[in-house]
Amino acid sequence: MAETITAEDPLTGEEIEIPADVEVGEIVDSPATGAELEVVSVDPITLEEAPELEEDWGE
Amino acid sequence: MKVGLLYSRIRKDEKLLLTELRDRGHEVEKIDVRKEQFNIAEPPASFDGVDIVVDRCLATSRSLYTTQFLDAYDIPVVNSAHTADVCADKVKNSLALERAGVPTPNTEVAFTVDSAMETIEKFGYPCVLKPVVGSWGRLMAKVETPSAAEAILEHKATLGHYQHKVFYVQEFVEKPGRDIRVLAADGEPIAAETRSSDHWLTNASRGGKVAEFELDDRARELVADASDAVGGGLLGVDLMETGDVSESGDSEARQAESDVDYTVHEVNHTVEFKALNDAVDADVPSEVVDWLESKAEQATGTEAAV
Repeated sequence: MAETITAEDPLTGEEIEIPADVEVGEIVDSPATGAELEVVSVDPITLEEAPELEEDWGE
Repeated sequence: MKVGLLYSRIRKDEKLLLTELRDRGHEVEKIDVRKEQFNIAEPPASFDGVDIVVDRCLATSRSLYTTQFLDAYDIPVVNSAHTADVCADKVKNSLALERAGVPTPNTEVAFTVDSAMETIEKFGYPCVLKPVVGSWGRLMAKVETPSAAEAILEHKATLGHYQHKVFYVQEFVEKPGRDIRVLAADGEPIAAETRSSDHWLTNASRGGKVAEFELDDRARELVADASDAVGGGLLGVDLMETGDVSESGDSEARQAESDVDYTVHEVNHTVEFKALNDAVDADVPSEVVDWLESKAEQATGTEAAV
């Protein structure tokens, strides 16, 4: 199993486990709420609620 | 080489690219487009010394403007501002394909509800209404009755952004429950997949099942032509099978047994490939980075130094 680290879920305040190799800009799903969280810093590890989907997003 | 990766979100696609670039010893500058300011004369300091920039902006509007700024700064960028401009807008995309003689679904644009209704009645039911800017199959409508057409047009005219008042009407293509996504670098296929669904929208992002697809000569020809038509680059070329389509997965058998042809409905310029990478034997990020190295080499006129 991939290595994990713990980080604070900004929405619930709970400690959650996320992959250890995350980097800034990456999105992780909160295991507690399913919400998308953005990694804004890796040292220290800091998560924020990810921006809502916008109309012109895509490929 | 030093690669600038312009992003607003690191998806699995960007992570695959970053890993491959770093594993090869390339220097990578991640540039979060949300934090930059683009001056008309001077590039932001984040771009200092980069040999090539890879535009992976999630927002089309940002992609369109940043590639234009990079062009103005003479900083090589893939995909180019021209390619982004053509691919980001379905009208420009369709015009470019038609102009290049690439088979593409018949399409008309109308600017009022009444004139759009005339087009819809002319195309017959079902037909398709698409937003001119958009992705992942969002806000696409398969129009099956006149009353549905009137309702959708009225909603778009009343509730929509001005772009939704550009009514893009397309013939409905009876595809065999799947379409084909080809990831191609300057027209050369890297890998291809089918995307299957019981729903008329088969996008992988909407849960379409993906499987590797072996391209025949005709499909390869159309991918190359479609790529040229929009200005080249790393592209997702979407095709639908037309004619008498065999279910055979083998391209030679398929060509021999059936009268299959293709129509190209779209070319995407900030293409996602994570689902494709999982579905095919090819090492997609490796081939993408091979191509990036060659583009950087062309741009700088030197070997891509590690």
